[in-house]
Amino acid sequence: MRRFLLRRVLLLLPILWGVATLVFLLIHLTPGDPVEIMLGETALPAAKTALRARLRLDLPLLTQYGLFLGGLVRGDLGNSFVTEEGVAGIILRTLPATVELAAAALAIALLLAIPLGTVAAVFPGRLADRAAMGAALLGLSVPNFVLGPLLILTFAIGTGTFPVSGREEAASVVLPAITLGLALAGILSRMTRASLLEVLTREFVTAARARGLPERRVILRHALRNAAIPILTVLGLQAGALLTGTIITETIFSWPGLGRLTLQAIQSRDFPLVQGCVLTIAAIYVLVHLATDCLYAWADPRIRYDA
Amino acid sequence: MRSRLLLLGTALLLALLAWLALLAPLLAPAPPTQQVLQEGLQGPSLAHPFGQDRLGRDVLSRILFGGRVSLTVAVLAVGISLTVGVLIGAAAGACGGWVDEGAMRAVDILQAFPGILLAIALAAILGPSLTNVILALSAIGWVGYARLARGQVLVVREAEFVAAATALGAGPGRLLFRHLLPNILGPITVEATFGLAGAVVAEASLSFLGLGAQPPTPSWGAMLNEGRQYLLVAPHLTLFHGLWVTATVLAFDLLGDGLSAILDPRRR
Repeated sequence: MRRFLLRRVLLLLPILWGVATLVFLLIHLTPGDPVEIMLGETALPAAKTALRARLRLDLPLLTQYGLFLGGLVRGDLGNSFVTEEGVAGIILRTLPATVELAAAALAIALLLAIPLGTVAAVFPGRLADRAAMGAALLGLSVPNFVLGPLLILTFAIGTGTFPVSGREEAASVVLPAITLGLALAGILSRMTRASLLEVLTREFVTAARARGLPERRVILRHALRNAAIPILTVLGLQAGALLTGTIITETIFSWPGLGRLTLQAIQSRDFPLVQGCVLTIAAIYVLVHLATDCLYAWADPRIRYDA
Repeated sequence: MRSRLLLLGTALLLALLAWLALLAPLLAPAPPTQQVLQEGLQGPSLAHPFGQDRLGRDVLSRILFGGRVSLTVAVLAVGISLTVGVLIGAAAGACGGWVDEGAMRAVDILQAFPGILLAIALAAILGPSLTNVILALSAIGWVGYARLARGQVLVVREAEFVAAATALGAGPGRLLFRHLLPNILGPITVEATFGLAGAVVAEASLSFLGLGAQPPTPSWGAMLNEGRQYLLVAPHLTLFHGLWVTATVLAFDLLGDGLSAILDPRRR
């Protein structure tokens, strides 16, 4: 297990390097001059030259790339064009809010998906199955930019149960977390159903039933744990959707996290900040994949990765 | 039998949505950009069944015309992704060696990115326009099709009919287009149907964030973003746009489900 982990962590480095290079090229090779965008087309040439020198945009591309990678290694993501504050610091400040939102969304998704998928798999083809899967399909088809405003309309403006936006109260997280987590709940409950249906045909389930175990115990203790791997895989794959979903969800609910920061950076053409945000999200995404792989070993003792 | 009925119903719903978009100029109660400022934010009425927006424009007309934008972007983005992805994936699977290695490493790096994030970054850097939305969505979209096509080709390549065709002297081009591609159409059609749902959502997301269609072009995402600012006084903006987008996405998802049930023998 330790060797497996070490190998996976080492494998992370070339992927992160590739991602960093892609982000760098994306920002530096595509049309659109940040200096012109910041100062406006009518700015004096001297002012443009001065700013370009200050932002080190006058150096050859390869030198800029070297400086960028060198900074990355030291954890220095450069300074924001707009506030001149360190990018790493800004990101670290917003990260806890996003982690809180994503964790709440994940909790909601799992709390909805596992029971729904299990009920559907235990009564395949029956009314409960169809109702559960209909709900799942609806959940994954409602885009977050539709769901968010509808939830605000109903539960914030309508009944006044939850705050409209911000992160001042503990209850503030509920509506954004539902907005972010419902699509994931839809996908996971479909996967839970499919995986559990498959597991329920296996011999050890028949054996457990033959030994006279109550059906509850057969499903909860024996079948569900064995159905976990495909569910975990989907969960890992969907982490990216969850992370990028925060860009829209946080914007709708004025949630002060990384997603809203990313959009604000994009809108103000703050390239170092865009670069930092995109890299951070991509890095979290890659790390979540690694964590998913490690969870496999926990869910299925046969996987040991030592071979 | 029931699933086939559902599939038929879904296909009809999609055809209806497409027709409504296509015939928008004939069906819309008013031109989508015609402003009646003194009637701004009016709720539904006989003359304007879905109400009016901030500038007094007819919401139903804007939804119908928005459908043309949304569906065109989705079809073009999926079309480009599909063509590029299937060609690259099939070539990688059929050639093997360094072609396969190179293509799959590129796929790995692109998949290390959450797709829509890359699209957002691309659209932001290229500048907000519908052409750039199509470009951005295609740039991330081809990866999934490439991986799928490669996997399918690897499976089909070992089949006896391919060996037979090779024995009869078929070259790589003929093998690819006459023998391999027709045999992988099923899974790819299913993937493309879900891809259309994804592209509709992605286009609307980008427009919602101000990175897609620019005013006064009617776009579902942009209109939902505007509606968000008037939730208190004009909830009909959010309601009708939201319902329409959701119905469209749901229809594509249902069609994808139905097709995969029919085309994938294991799911029967």
